[in-house]
Formats: sequence, C-alpha cells, structure tokens
Amino acid sequence: MSKSQTRVVVTGLGATTPLGGDVPSTWSALLAGESGVRRLDWDDVENLPVRFAATLKVQPDTVLPKQSLRRLDRNQAIALVAAREAWTDAGFAPSTGGKPQKGMDKAGVEGGFVVDRDRLGVVVSSGIGGLHTALNSYDVYKEKGWARVSPFTVPMLMPNGAAGHVGIEFGATAGSHALVSACASSGEAVGYAIDMIRTGRADVIICGGTEACIHPLQMASFGSMRALSTRNEEPERASRPYDKNRDGFVLGEGAAVMILESEEHARARGARVYGIASGAGYSNDAFDIVLPEPTGSGQAKAMQRALADAGLEPSDIIHINAHATSTPAGDVAELASTKAGLGEEAASKVVITATKSMTGHLLGGAGALESIFTILALKEGLVPFVANLEDLDDEVDLDIVRDEPRKLPDGPAAALSNSFGFGGHNVSVVFERAL
Amino acid sequence: MAEVATEQQILDGLAEIIDEIVGIDKAEVTPEKNFIDDLDIDSLSMVEIAVAAQDQFGVEIPDDELRNLKTVKDVVDYVQKAPAKS
Repeated sequence: MSKSQTRVVVTGLGATTPLGGDVPSTWSALLAGESGVRRLDWDDVENLPVRFAATLKVQPDTVLPKQSLRRLDRNQAIALVAAREAWTDAGFAPSTGGKPQKGMDKAGVEGGFVVDRDRLGVVVSSGIGGLHTALNSYDVYKEKGWARVSPFTVPMLMPNGAAGHVGIEFGATAGSHALVSACASSGEAVGYAIDMIRTGRADVIICGGTEACIHPLQMASFGSMRALSTRNEEPERASRPYDKNRDGFVLGEGAAVMILESEEHARARGARVYGIASGAGYSNDAFDIVLPEPTGSGQAKAMQRALADAGLEPSDIIHINAHATSTPAGDVAELASTKAGLGEEAASKVVITATKSMTGHLLGGAGALESIFTILALKEGLVPFVANLEDLDDEVDLDIVRDEPRKLPDGPAAALSNSFGFGGHNVSVVFERAL
Repeated sequence: MAEVATEQQILDGLAEIIDEIVGIDKAEVTPEKNFIDDLDIDSLSMVEIAVAAQDQFGVEIPDDELRNLKTVKDVVDYVQKAPAKS
C-alpha cells in the first residue's frame, strides 16, 4: 500500500448488462461462458454490414416507470438501474426514487445507513451520451416542427446526464463528474473517484459508466471504420479475443456502477468490503485519433503508472482483465505492452482474461464493468475464461484463461483492469484483494 | 373537436395527460391544485403537458399564456375559452 494515502475500498456493486439485469446474474453467466450477443431485429437491418450486438438482457422499461423513462435517455435509465443496485448492495438506505426529499440534508431514507450528502460524490461516465435521443429528436423536429421536440432533449443527450441523474437520485452534493474518453471513460471514472476520496473531497463515491448506443447509425459508422466483427452468421461466436479468426469487436450496451468509499468510513459503519481500489495510471498516445500507438508504449506507461500509484511491484499483479476487444491488431498489441509494462518475467505469470468475449464492448461502460469483474475475480479467486477462443493466435505468448474459469491462489493478490479509448486515452486501474 | 368540450371532459383529459407524463394519480388532479406547489410539476414538464393539451384539445397555448396558467382550473378555463386552432 502506497505512502500515507487514504485507502479506498469497494463496498457496493451494480450492473445491468447483456448477460443479466444485475451483478450476480451477470457474474454467473460470465463464469458459465454465456454470450450476451444477439441478432438485431430492426426493419432495415439487412442494409447494415453488421446485424448483431450485445443487447441488454433486461430492458429498463421492466424496471423503471414510464414517466421516468420519458425524460431519461436509455444510457441514463440503465445507469440509474445499476446505481440503485450498487447503492443498496453497499448497505445504504434506499434512494428516494428519483427525487431528493425537500429539506433533506442527508442522502437516503430509513432502513439503512445514511450518508452525509456533502461527503457523497458521483463520477459516472458515458463515452457517447444520448445518441438515441439526439437522433430521435431530430426526426421529431423534421416531421412535426420544433415545438414537438421534447423539452428534455438537451439533458437527455448530454453525456453528463447520467451523472446528473445519479446525483439527484441519491442527493450527492460533494461533486458530480462525467469523464468522457471513449472506451476508457469509465476506467477513468474509477480512477477519478479514487482521487476524490484520497484528496478528501468525499467519503463515498458512486462511480461507473454507462452506454446505450446500439443504433443503426453506430452499426454503420463503426462498420464503416471496419472496426466491428461481421460474423453475421453466428453472432454469439463473433467476439473472440486472441482467436486466430477474430475480425473485430461486437458493440454492446450496459451500465456498471460501484460504491467506492474511504476505508475509514467503510469500517466505521461495518460495511462489507469487496476489495481495495488501489490506484490508477493514465497515459495518452498522442499518435492517432483512433489507431493505437504501434509500440504500445502508451499502454505500458499506463500500467506502470498504475502500479506506482498503488505502491505495488509488477510481481504483485496476478491477474489482468484485458481491454482485448477482439480486433486483429489490438489484442496482441496489448499483450506486447503488458510485457513492456510489467517486464517479461512478471507478465508471464499473470492470468489474463478478456470478458468482452461474452459482454461485447460496452464502450464507456466497459472500464467499470470490467473493474467489477476484476474485483470479483480477486474476491472469489476465480477468473472467467475467454469465450470463443478456439484457435489461439500464434502471436499470443502470455497466459490466457481458456475453456474453464481459472482458480487464483489464496493470499495477497492484485490485478489490473485495462481500458484504452479512441482519442489515445490509456487507463489501467489496480485492485487488491481485501484480506 | 366537433363540439366544445365540457369542463369535466377537459379536466379528465388533462388528468390523463398529467398521469401519462409525470405519473400523478388522476384523482390528485383537482381544479384548485397548483401545478408547482401542489403537484410538484417542474417547468419543463409543464411544457410537455401544454404541448399534449394543445394536441388533445385543439387549442393554442402560447408561452406567454402558459406562464399564467398556475392551477388546474386555469388550464381548464383557458381551454374552454380559447379559440380553436386554425
């Protein structure tokens, strides 16, 4: 543990994903190697190069009232669903259901621990924001004129909308932030949340990420970049990191939220601790707006800086939840940068998985979801295997979990969750097992 | 609308719109209720309600007028007196 810094612990988890409507169902589906990838049934789907995606298993309209959904973009609605789960999972009093009570000076109501709202913050990211809202509202404008455009369009399309709604829901007044860095967004959200607690701005942070942009425009625009898998004949086998026949990523949607808390605050209220959020490291490629820097030095630096931030050595890392999106270039480049970042010796001992093989790529939701998976892997001593990995790429020379979940040894353990985003953003978040 | 709606028809229609948009029980929507103070409806939701009311009752509610419609009765009265949209 580093320096004399405040220790930050994880005390609550929440998610709604292509594998399940909450964390327990998502985690068990993940360990079973299930796929969250499905065929799309849109009218115009035959006109698209990619006709499948990792869509949500549980729709938000089965969880939230229709009046709330009228003013929430899909990414915001699912962020609220995940945040509520994380909040109650942490043992806090249930939320007031979308509105802070008038005159309320504490977050939450009876039935659980009440947090001082001035010590409660929010960091919830989205990479894209309210794409559905933006496009649907433009259709309304063209067909019916400006007066029929919903007055909630702006708060629904802004990428900080989810953070705003989560803050209102739980009455968090310490600060609300939405870091936007494409597929690195919610990895950065977790890192920023750690810093908010370390620097004394808050005792508790609701942090995570959300994304819901499975729309024909995204299938067309990612398709036009040739970034997506086109395995239309067998969608559930399309996301296959490290496999010789991988051909691109699978777009996914979902939200993942964690409760981060200072250890002191968590201990004082007797909270269950899932693990320690030990630190984060960042770098910028400053190379190309979408292509990763070919030597992987940026990614390696993020991993090294994460270790330094956490006060750990490369040999402390026993597991990595890789960014690995199933693109031909990206997966093996990350392994090269892992060796550069940790050193060949330490890297060879790390147990690596790529859970996007089952969840698809949640873009701005990926870093937080994979942080949850990393924490659970350490806590339960079990790493999910990479699905669809049939024929290992010859260039893969590190320990990838195949065929069945891998047991981790008992005792002290640390792991990294990597996220890299268009724009050049690299972030690596470190978690440690709570002993 | 073929005929001018009665006060009760307007009230019922308005209550239905309010339920649909902000989820307030229809029984709560009585003439004396103030939208902001009693029903806790915010200004953006009022815009949505006004747009829906214009569509349903075939009248125009300009922004200047909307500002003066503070209670359920204000809206019912306005709709009754307002000229039909051309």
